[in-house]
Amino acid sequence: MSMVTVQLFASCAEALGGQTLEIPLDSGSTVADLVRGIRSLPGGQSLPPSMRIAVNRKFAEPDQIIDGKDEIAAIPPVAGG
Amino acid sequence: MKRVAIVTRAIDPAALIAEVQSPELGAISLFVGTVRDTNDGRPVKALDYSAYTAMAESELAEIVSEAGVQFGAPAVVVEHRIGPLELGDVSVAIVSASAHREQAIECTRFVIEEIKKRVPIWKREHYADGSREWVDPTRASEARAT
Repeated sequence: MSMVTVQLFASCAEALGGQTLEIPLDSGSTVADLVRGIRSLPGGQSLPPSMRIAVNRKFAEPDQIIDGKDEIAAIPPVAGG
Repeated sequence: MKRVAIVTRAIDPAALIAEVQSPELGAISLFVGTVRDTNDGRPVKALDYSAYTAMAESELAEIVSEAGVQFGAPAVVVEHRIGPLELGDVSVAIVSASAHREQAIECTRFVIEEIKKRVPIWKREHYADGSREWVDPTRASEARAT
């Protein structure tokens, strides 16, 4: 098990009350595992349903394996333009 | 030439046009997004944008590179502003230049549509009643409005 740091933005940061969070993940955990973990945290029920995860600055698929050295971010629905 | 940037200062569309101007490119297409005074029927006073800047710039660069392949526009410049913005301020400007109009116009349209889908930038609206809310275009009523 290792701790991974997740950057939080906009409504995700507001729901969880901070700009980053640290979450323990078993080795071989996937993006879907991470999402389950984040949603189970206090405030997790307020996260947007369509939140996505970016790994190393790219949108990740649910079955992607997370490495402890990856740059990870929780991405709420984008609204640029 | 291709350039993308997330900026915290005012955007000058005329400067972007000057950047892509070239004698062999006979068509320049410009899109300018500005802060609107209503959204989803609610009066908006101001707003602030935030971004995951590193990823936003890499996604923008990727979009511009895809646009180059798809439409053959040799010159594209994109700036998106973040931070606090007032009504009427320019939030985004896209300039595409090509030999002929079709590629330039289609390229600009492609870039703004892709920005709305996949560039990690967020908008928090400040309403006339004092409340603030992060805009979520995936919600049904907002999906119709954007």
